[in-house]
Amino acid sequence: MSGNVGIVIVSHSPDVAKGAADMVRQMVGDEVPLGYCGGDPDGGLGTSVEMIMAAIETAWSDAGVAILVDLGGAETNSEMAIELMPEERRSRIVICNAPVVEGAVMAATEASGGGSLADVKRTAEELSPQ
Amino acid sequence: MSEWATGSVIITHNVGLHARPSVKLTKLAKGFGAVIEIAGSSDGPWIDAKSIVKVMAMKAKQDSTLHVRATGADAAAAVTALTGLVERDFDEGGHVA
Repeated sequence: MSGNVGIVIVSHSPDVAKGAADMVRQMVGDEVPLGYCGGDPDGGLGTSVEMIMAAIETAWSDAGVAILVDLGGAETNSEMAIELMPEERRSRIVICNAPVVEGAVMAATEASGGGSLADVKRTAEELSPQ
Repeated sequence: MSEWATGSVIITHNVGLHARPSVKLTKLAKGFGAVIEIAGSSDGPWIDAKSIVKVMAMKAKQDSTLHVRATGADAAAAVTALTGLVERDFDEGGHVA
């Protein structure tokens, strides 16, 4: 895989997570490592720390991983997932303060050009109201 | 001051410079070392063609002219590549973006 920053999409809804991931794949392409998860392990709406950790693993890149989250628990569970990752990886995982769908496409576009983790996060967050 | 290579092209894509075309243009621009800027008017304002957020926010419409300028070692090739992409309808053939 390339040395591009990876993108992880975390939504309460598996359909939203998959849909946002599809948009990234179709609009940006395959050169960005991508992981996504949504829903709780029982199939309802929610997020799970284990699934987020697996998505981070899927998207892992030595350049780092940027996570896009939707609401509340998606963020707190992502923070918990980061804390449970091996120590040498934690500093290379960031949560972007950006809308999940738009942010994922913007972040992936920046990542596809070889942007650093900080560049990718900043690009996603440029979307947020100033 | 730096020397600019320049070009312009009419956007024929049916929805203009929307999401998918913007991503393609930005990705192409990122492949060049040159500083590349685009504008809807030759007077500017010029925006960074490598910034997906700025390119998408430009909302350039169908039938409008896109101005491209670049400076750096591969500037001329960058202008040719970007105007070429727009001329080819972003390689989508009228696909709704």
